[in-house]
Amino acid sequence: MIQKVLIVDDSKLARMAAAKALKALHPDWVLLEAANAEEGLARVRDSSPEFALLDFNMPGKDGIVLAAELRDLNPRMSIAVISANHQVEVIGRARAAGAVFLAKPLTERALGDYLNVAVEQRSAATE
Amino acid sequence: MTSAFSISLSELELDALTELVNLGVSGAALSLREMVHEEVVLSVPKVAVVTREQAIATLGEQESKRLVAVQQDFAGDISGRALLIFPETKSMELVRAVVGGNLSLEDIAELEQEALAETGNVLLNGCLGTIANNLQRSLRISLPEVIYGDGAEFFAAIPSRESGYSVLFIHINFAVRNRDIRGYIAMLLDIPSQLALKDLIGAFIERTTGQVYVPSSNVG
Repeated sequence: MIQKVLIVDDSKLARMAAAKALKALHPDWVLLEAANAEEGLARVRDSSPEFALLDFNMPGKDGIVLAAELRDLNPRMSIAVISANHQVEVIGRARAAGAVFLAKPLTERALGDYLNVAVEQRSAATE
Repeated sequence: MTSAFSISLSELELDALTELVNLGVSGAALSLREMVHEEVVLSVPKVAVVTREQAIATLGEQESKRLVAVQQDFAGDISGRALLIFPETKSMELVRAVVGGNLSLEDIAELEQEALAETGNVLLNGCLGTIANNLQRSLRISLPEVIYGDGAEFFAAIPSRESGYSVLFIHINFAVRNRDIRGYIAMLLDIPSQLALKDLIGAFIERTTGQVYVPSSNVG
């Protein structure tokens, strides 16, 4: 099934890297891009993606605050927070916001594993 | 000497460099966290390639007090000097965070040099190492040296590199939980190193995006 994945990252390079990994894993899936939290919220409202990948360290609202807001907006969406900053406190806060933590730079393998688990959980929840 | 010359980086090249710095500083923060046993909060890094004069002016505008820096020289495909800079008033706070709060002022003063050098070593090595790994190059990094002064002194000409250079100025706030510790990281690169860096960033962009990258012109 075709799924929509939202990437929110202020770095264009990081969005391009996510696009490359997603294209290799799921060529038919749709990637939505946002450069900040406000754009991310707008994309979720107008396109209801199944997955959201959020950079943690962004100007304005950070990815963990955004994760909590997206969770309220769409409780069924799977959310991952991506950061090179993997101090235990950051990982803990991401999880508390209902998000999976993924290390930056995002590898194709890590993204693939996360998407596979999330798809399984989604189908288990709907059965 | 003049240092008005500086390379120009395209928007995507600057973006890539900022991402590299972000990776480097994040890794370094993880090491610092181990030293202070408290979360190290990082701001979004701001990266700019500026002339030496601009870097001195920027630092002077934001910091009126005396500064302390830990500097390390690096050499390889890219050669230059990396500095971790913070206001002198914050340096004791950083030392206190690293060595623990129960020491007397005399003890802290005695440990200051050593603690600053070690903290700088961890942060700068972490940062430079991560950047070098991502650029697939290796760097030789000298021992840390603690210096006191202002921007003009920190960014004075590197001996034997009189050909002119610019400053890769990275402004990042890092705070150790509730302690107000603010710092900057700056790198001084000569012109051959700037051109080498631009090429390496182009290759990094290609690897990261899987797309052919045509670099912008070199000189701005």
